[in-house]
Amino acid sequence: MELFSIFLNPGFWFSLIRSSTPLIFAGMAALIASRSGITNMAIEGSMTLGALAAVVASWYFQNAWLGLLAAVLVGITIALFLAYFKLKMMADEILVAIALNLFATGASIFILFLLTGDKSNSSALNSLVLPTVSFAFLNNIPFIGQVINGQNILVYVAFISTFILNYFLFKTPMGLRIRSVGGNEHAAESVGVYVHKTKYIGLAISGMFAGLGGAFMSLGYMSLFTRGMVAGRGFIAIAAANVGGRSPIPTMFSAMLFGFFDNLGNNLQQFKVINEFVFMIPYIATIIMFAFSSYRRMTEKKRLNKKILASQKAE
Amino acid sequence: MTWFKKKPDAKRDVIKEISNIEKRFEVFRIGIALLISMVLIILVIALISDDPLGAIRELLLGPLQSLRRIGNVIELMIPLTFTGLAITMVFKTNRFNLAAEGAFYMATMVAVLVALNSPFPPVITIILGLLAGFIVGGLLGLIPALINLKFGANELVVSLMQNYIVAFFVQYLLNYVVRDPNSYAIQSYALPESVSLFRFIPGTRIHVGLILMAVVVVVAYIILYRTKWGYVLRVTGLNEKFAKYSGVKVAFVIIIAQVLGTAIAGLGGAVEMYGIYNTFKFAASPGYGWDGIIVATLAKLNPAFVPLAALFIAYIRVGADILNRSTNIPPEIVSIVQAIIILFIAAKAFMKAAKEKKIVEKSREVASEGAN
Repeated sequence: MELFSIFLNPGFWFSLIRSSTPLIFAGMAALIASRSGITNMAIEGSMTLGALAAVVASWYFQNAWLGLLAAVLVGITIALFLAYFKLKMMADEILVAIALNLFATGASIFILFLLTGDKSNSSALNSLVLPTVSFAFLNNIPFIGQVINGQNILVYVAFISTFILNYFLFKTPMGLRIRSVGGNEHAAESVGVYVHKTKYIGLAISGMFAGLGGAFMSLGYMSLFTRGMVAGRGFIAIAAANVGGRSPIPTMFSAMLFGFFDNLGNNLQQFKVINEFVFMIPYIATIIMFAFSSYRRMTEKKRLNKKILASQKAE
Repeated sequence: MTWFKKKPDAKRDVIKEISNIEKRFEVFRIGIALLISMVLIILVIALISDDPLGAIRELLLGPLQSLRRIGNVIELMIPLTFTGLAITMVFKTNRFNLAAEGAFYMATMVAVLVALNSPFPPVITIILGLLAGFIVGGLLGLIPALINLKFGANELVVSLMQNYIVAFFVQYLLNYVVRDPNSYAIQSYALPESVSLFRFIPGTRIHVGLILMAVVVVVAYIILYRTKWGYVLRVTGLNEKFAKYSGVKVAFVIIIAQVLGTAIAGLGGAVEMYGIYNTFKFAASPGYGWDGIIVATLAKLNPAFVPLAALFIAYIRVGADILNRSTNIPPEIVSIVQAIIILFIAAKAFMKAAKEKKIVEKSREVASEGAN
């Protein structure tokens, strides 16, 4: 029963929103790349280097917004790099992404050490963090006000950008073009879509979101960069996008579901459970939900065929 | 009658020549990738070091300066060869299952568990430990492979999540099961002294695991290039649909390759444990699974080249460690180099124009000869 008391605490839901935010950003990065026909497995690395770039720029310029900008630029650069290797160098996108992730892990520790003399975190750099926002009118709403008020500004950006991305993807010509090159690039080409250009744009947007996710990790979620801080969120996001059917709003909810497990882990530590098992929760949840959603996608065609057959019989 | 005989020969020559050109370009491309990455590493060192020449000398020649350091290179080459072979097997199927990373870490722990609990004499304990590492590795390789087959979930994502789970599980075993409470450091009880692999070169820690490694390399090569199953596996990796329509049980082949590959990584973990250490003290995975990716890529997924690639990676790793001890340049510089090597080798179109030009030239040459 003690366990259920944590769900009644608004603090739990407050931190649920907070820990979902990087997954929402990364989930958007995963889905837009996937929609444009390239699997972006390098989100993990983009977030890692983005988080580091954010801290370094925030410290160097003493301006958190420039930190955010730096992270976004790093994210876009890595994503375009991936697109270039895939489209021009004919490389396997997964192998390139693996290389980029290895690079990000090594390079982030390397750069961190050169700047601070410390390999584990950036506490030596007094970097600024992005501001939190509170709305006076929300204070009047009990519980919900406590949950959604006073979050870091990027939290609101994450949720709002979900709707913007949804509009962009489904209601604008560019969004249609991105979906078409991902769906069938030859068909898209035959009606005059610049396939490569469109894919580069899709990947740039993906990189931007990965950068935002990285920036949130070190300028909001925490106030510094620590080694391994992204902790597989870039890959969990790929699962989240998959569970969300590669559409922004469902992906937002699935990211929150993954955020729930992440948060549950953090909250269970107060009970006398073995920490190592608690830490496993988000990863186990990811495998299960990822398998389930992939299975649905795999059998989608079969179910569709069945439906068609059934309707033909009815006629 | 001579012209009649000459013609088919010329044709065969052309095909041979072209495949030679392709092979030469492949080697050349890898050479260029290595060169560019080494130039880059040297540039970075030159930028950040006070004594760049000394630092570069440490990095490139440091590992050769004493028997102990040469020993270090060989010692490191052994686990890298095992994980490199593991990734080679797995990648041959075109499945990016990276369970080998977790398998290696898990197997080092399994080897410790076996050594601490075995009632048998040392030799049997060692054999049991190696076998246990192999089996546990295989099981860990099986999970993402099966989830991919049955549910269609991307095996890379599943295997990476699994690696996190495995790492936490190993840390649990370390903290709650095998931890020596009398030791200040976080480490396991000491293994029985006799449960270790024989070190046959005095002054180094080079152990009989080296011989086992050589055997596994040969066996892997024979399996892949000299058996029917290996042929089927290679065909499947090259063109899954073709294999399927030729009557290959694609799913089965792909699963077995991932299980066998990851099992080799597990074997490597157990060998490393018994060969080098007498207590378990990895608070985090040594990460040899990640190095296996670069070794396998550098070896062009051919087991015969894996030890060579592992030797190269071990050499620059040891060089970077030496550099780190004397100059404070972090050894992570190596992972930057590794990433660049993978990128250049993965980039199929890199220098493609030059290769094609050469092939066209050769064909024209032969064509004009034929016309005469």
